[in-house]
Amino acid sequence: MKVSDLVKKYELKVFSGAQGLENEIDGAYVSDLLSDVMGNAAENEVWITLQTHQNVLAIASLKDLAAVILVKGFAPDAETIIHSNEEGIPVLGTEMATFEMAGKLYGSLKID
Amino acid sequence: MADLHIHTVLSPCADLEMTPANIIKRAKETGLQIIGIVDHNSTKNAKLVKRLAEKEGIFVLTGAEVTTKEEVHCLAFFENENQLDEFQIFLDDNISIIPNPDGHFGYQPVVDENDNILELIPNYLAAALKVGIQEIQQRVYELNGIFILAHVDRPSNGIYSQLGFIPPGLKFDALGISRHSSEKHVRKHYVVQKEITLVRNSDAHFLPQIGDICSVFNMDEISFIEVKMALNQQYNRCVEIL
Repeated sequence: MKVSDLVKKYELKVFSGAQGLENEIDGAYVSDLLSDVMGNAAENEVWITLQTHQNVLAIASLKDLAAVILVKGFAPDAETIIHSNEEGIPVLGTEMATFEMAGKLYGSLKID
Repeated sequence: MADLHIHTVLSPCADLEMTPANIIKRAKETGLQIIGIVDHNSTKNAKLVKRLAEKEGIFVLTGAEVTTKEEVHCLAFFENENQLDEFQIFLDDNISIIPNPDGHFGYQPVVDENDNILELIPNYLAAALKVGIQEIQQRVYELNGIFILAHVDRPSNGIYSQLGFIPPGLKFDALGISRHSSEKHVRKHYVVQKEITLVRNSDAHFLPQIGDICSVFNMDEISFIEVKMALNQQYNRCVEIL
């Protein structure tokens, strides 16, 4: 599954980093503690969080994540958008809460 | 000798014995000369502590322990009452409203010098502000304040746990470390250069914790500006952790 498939399927908003929409997704990681994500997220995963700080993108880049999904209607900080466009890692948005978004994504990644 | 991180009874999690009079008495007994009064997202007991402590020869840094949007705890201190009041408005305007029915999280009293309750703050004070850490830091510096990242070694509510690393562009006067850690461990584990000052504080919520942990400030005299210079290692001032 590609990030663009995810965007289409769940009607996600693309805030930035559109050049990374063809990134392949291997799985997902859910956490709002950035130190935890640094230690535990894996390459090509999608990261679901409510944190909007620029460090989110720095860590997504460090861990080679496929994309970041911000839940509950949160929008990225201005600096986050800049880094997302520079790194080509999409920042996506949904009105769904983490539980719902993660549940749907889990279902579709398992089926794929 | 200084301890820059002490809560009063106003903090929901602090013991009801943490009244201004008791804090000063205990600080005096334990030989502290400088104390920082920081309640969660409120400055409302700090002015009274300062006024009472002056009579006892203890210098008080008045401020608050701010919870940023990222849930990082930061200490903010201000030199005069106008700046402190301005910052209180900023806190009131930006805190997330979470009710605290019947003191569910603990009671939050503003008190007078005789421990009478002047006001009970209705909403939960340790809730996160709706603004991010950088915006809060900018506001503190606009008001010529001191900005310290609190207990950076803690597994929650420290800059490293919440944000992974210190974001580029974030300014601060020092990093606070907790009673559970040492300077050596923090410098090695988080790779903190010696140009960044570490200051170890008690984060006291109970009276016996005051005086447990302190840092030594090497300065010409005791004042707000001297403390700021010491934190920034300027003009041969410095801070040593005991």
